[in-house]
Amino acid sequence: MKITLNGEEREFGSELTIGELLTELGLQSNRVVIELNREILNLAEALPRQLKSADKLEIIQFVGGG
Amino acid sequence: MDTLKIAGRSFSSRLMVGTGKFASNAAMQAAMEGADTEIVTVALRRVDINNPADSMLQHIDRDRYLLLPNTSGARDAEEAVRLARLARAAGCEPWVKLEVTPDPYYLLPDPVETLKAAEILVKEGFNVLPYMPADPVLARHLEEAGTVTLMPLGAPIGTNRGLRTRDLISIIIEQANIPVVVDAGLGAPSHAAEAMEMGADAVLVNTALADTDSPRAMGEAFKLGVQAGRMAYLAGLGPQRNQAEASSPMTGFLREE
Repeated sequence: MKITLNGEEREFGSELTIGELLTELGLQSNRVVIELNREILNLAEALPRQLKSADKLEIIQFVGGG
Repeated sequence: MDTLKIAGRSFSSRLMVGTGKFASNAAMQAAMEGADTEIVTVALRRVDINNPADSMLQHIDRDRYLLLPNTSGARDAEEAVRLARLARAAGCEPWVKLEVTPDPYYLLPDPVETLKAAEILVKEGFNVLPYMPADPVLARHLEEAGTVTLMPLGAPIGTNRGLRTRDLISIIIEQANIPVVVDAGLGAPSHAAEAMEMGADAVLVNTALADTDSPRAMGEAFKLGVQAGRMAYLAGLGPQRNQAEASSPMTGFLREE
C-alpha cells in the first residue's frame, strides 16, 4: 500500500486501518487529528477506517504557538 | 468585579498567553502560571512521523486554561478554515484565533482573507477571535461578520516593538462594540500597560515571555502591567497638556516683590 502521509510518499507492506497505522508509528490516537483525502475524521470514524493505495492521510497535532 | 466577557463567558484575567517558542514545556508552564492567565493559544501542525514528540497538550491543564487554537500557517481563507475545522475535530471548544499571514517576513495578517475566513467560520458556529491589522474600517466589517473580539496588532509578531500602531488601535477601541485584544509586538509590561490605559480589554503576549530566562517572573511582570494599566484606565487618566500647570500653589511665595 503506497499512501501520501503528511506530504510524503510511504510504502506499507499491507493495507492497514488508520488505527493500525497509528500503532505502527507509535502515535497515541487521542493526541492527534486525522484528515483522510481532505475529509476530517473524528477518532471513532478514523480508527477502523481501511486505508488503500493513493490515499492522502494527514496526522495533525497541537503544538506551541502564539 | 471588573471581568472580561467574551462570547458570554467571563474571565478575570486580561492577559492571554501564547505557547510558542518556549525553551521547554516547563518554561511554558511557568510563564502561564506567572501570568495567571486563563486563555492560551496553540497551533496545529503535522506530526513528524520520523520523530514524533510527546503531545505538549499534556502540559496544559484544560480545567484551568481555555485552549484557543490558532490558524497560524494559513496563507489564505481556505487554509485557515481547514485548520479551524481540524481543531474543532480534536475536541476543542469552537473558539479559534483566526490568523491568516501569507508573508513570512513580516507575518502581517491579510485583511481580505481574514474577513473571508471569519464570515465562513462564524456561520459554522465558531467563536472567532481575528488577528488583524490595526485597521478601524476592517474592524467594523469583522464586527458585522460576527467575530467575538478584535485582535489588532501592536507591531509585527515577535518584534517586541510595542504599540507602533497606537493611533489606529485607539480609533478601533473607540468604535468597537466587542472586546479589543491587542496582540503581537508587546515586548515589555509597559507596552501591555499602555494598551490597557488606552482602553483595550485585554492583550495577548507570547514572544516576550518565551524570550527570557525567567518566564515565571516575566509572566508576573506582564500580569502586573496589565492590572496597572486597567486600574489607571478605570480610575480615569488625566489629559495631556502643552503648557505647564504647577503642582504647588502659585500664591504666598517667600520672595521680595
